[in-house]
Amino acid sequence: MSIELIIGILNIVLISTTPLVFAGIGELVTEKSGVLNLGLEGLMLVGAVTGFITLVLTGNYFYSLFLSIISGVILSGIFAFLVLNLMTNQIATGLALTIFGIGLSAMLGKKFAGTPIDGLNPYYFIVISFLLVFSVGYFLSKTKSGLIVRAVGENHNSAYALGYNVIKTRYLTIIFGGVMSSLAGYYISICYAPMWQEGMTAGRGWIALALVVFATWKPWRLLVGAYIFGGVAIMQMNLQAIGVKLPGQFFNMMPYIATLIVLVFISSNKVRLKLSAPSCLNIPYEKNS
Amino acid sequence: MVYLIRVQLREDYSNLIFYLSPLVAVALTLFFGSFIFLILDLSPIESFKIFFISPISNSYGISELFVKATPLAIIALGLSYCFKNNIYNIGAEGQLTMGAIFGGGIGLLFNDSTSVFLLPLMILFGAIGGAFWATIPAILKTKFNTNEILTSLMLTYVALFILDYFVVGPWKDPAGYGLPKSMPFPDTGRLPVLFDGLRVHIGVYFAIIICFITYIVYNKTLFGFKLKVSGLSSKASQYAGFKYKNLIFYTFIISGACAGLAGLFEVSGPIGLLYRDISPNYGFTAIIVAFLGRLNPFGIILSSLLIALTYLGAEDAQLFLKIPSAVGFVFQGLVLFFLLGTDFLNKYRVFIK
Repeated sequence: MSIELIIGILNIVLISTTPLVFAGIGELVTEKSGVLNLGLEGLMLVGAVTGFITLVLTGNYFYSLFLSIISGVILSGIFAFLVLNLMTNQIATGLALTIFGIGLSAMLGKKFAGTPIDGLNPYYFIVISFLLVFSVGYFLSKTKSGLIVRAVGENHNSAYALGYNVIKTRYLTIIFGGVMSSLAGYYISICYAPMWQEGMTAGRGWIALALVVFATWKPWRLLVGAYIFGGVAIMQMNLQAIGVKLPGQFFNMMPYIATLIVLVFISSNKVRLKLSAPSCLNIPYEKNS
Repeated sequence: MVYLIRVQLREDYSNLIFYLSPLVAVALTLFFGSFIFLILDLSPIESFKIFFISPISNSYGISELFVKATPLAIIALGLSYCFKNNIYNIGAEGQLTMGAIFGGGIGLLFNDSTSVFLLPLMILFGAIGGAFWATIPAILKTKFNTNEILTSLMLTYVALFILDYFVVGPWKDPAGYGLPKSMPFPDTGRLPVLFDGLRVHIGVYFAIIICFITYIVYNKTLFGFKLKVSGLSSKASQYAGFKYKNLIFYTFIISGACAGLAGLFEVSGPIGLLYRDISPNYGFTAIIVAFLGRLNPFGIILSSLLIALTYLGAEDAQLFLKIPSAVGFVFQGLVLFFLLGTDFLNKYRVFIK
């Protein structure tokens, strides 16, 4: 293998993995505060289509990015209202968000499918994704607000007793996660593809979800994991090109199987589980008045 | 003067509101749905006619309604066992796929068989395949305390890739022009249809039988009682001496077997062979069906018909209104949002002070 080929492959890995980093780091913060949002795929698709349509209609990258982010704020705001104020089941609400997002994005984007656009340079976003992971890592481990987020995720009753606003904290983390997912979608439709197609995120939302668990809720590991997952997917194509006879589907399964193994490993030991997963993940918070 | 919205836990838990809230959710969905049609520049009344009435205005349409409702009802009935026990098996799509692989595999293995036993064997293996795939999260949950939500979800994608491997690899039809699909099953491996020329098949009977069995299990058996108790409080059920781990196992196996059965019915019924996209998200949509039916067997049958109608209506909308069939997902998502939202009024009393 020549140097050019290796650099070429690394370049493709960088470009194709970035959406996983965005969606993953957002979900990580949401889950750190104790909320499991299964709606990533829907949020990504709506973010992708909103950005794309705005760009086609206005030709302005700033507007398209802005509206894409707004779509994430609105949808994740609805999710937050349901699970935080109305105390609905997080799993069912997240699934509803995904199903709704798949439908809504397909409906909105119908007229725009196949419209050509000038894509943005992906390297801006790649740099931003790295900076984001560092800042989230710093935020969660070194700042007071980060500590509050973690406290709310570990034990919401204690956090409440200490005077922290559980609902407000979770609203913010859910909306942060939503915005990150929209950005992931925006990157896919504006930089990576650049085009719109129904269901174009192709299950990346679910991989991002797996990624958070794989990284045992740690930002650094999330970055490494994302590049392992992304690299495996690209490797599969290249290995087949040079004639390796292992079926591609087995490579595609790897992220899910690796996540399963990590899940079993961390949960089989109570201490290890406590050290990795937020204790209040997926447990509804009912304020006693 | 300041008005504050206050909520208070209801002491008089009302069964009436509990069963009325799905209707409220459906009404709200239609109300918001009409706005969506207005935004798209379509007349809401005409659109609703095309969406909800014209698909079932002839015998073919009614048959199709049952074709779509059958897998949804069977999967949702199975899932209700898990959900009643507060176990979140969200991997029904994977269990469905595994059922199709196991049962369909039998059909391909004996593809020159003329025996009447082929179909029953396929059905049996379909159920075994689904149950097998559901035992994995069950074992992980009971032995290693691993969260079943994430494991069952991950396993869904693994199952989809396994199916993909088979239909592009070893099971690819040599006479299929290289398309990723298997040979058709022999006639003896096809599910009999109820009426000539229509696609509705004997899976409907299975759905009805499973519904009645489930009703009896929930209301007349000790197992049903244990499920109810451990769903309300797993601590209470352990205190009462119920073996909670066994309950988890049984509920997973039942729901997996049901999903596998539904998968086999799809491939040996309307489809007739194995290929990549055997299910339009039935496994995930069945979760909505189960919640909308309030985990009540008869409620699930009704809600499966309603959700099946959103699939049909979406197909007609694509044909006649030129909007993507994914609009059906919008309605499915909305109805679940509203249902979950109205549940709040069930549990809490809201008043302004």
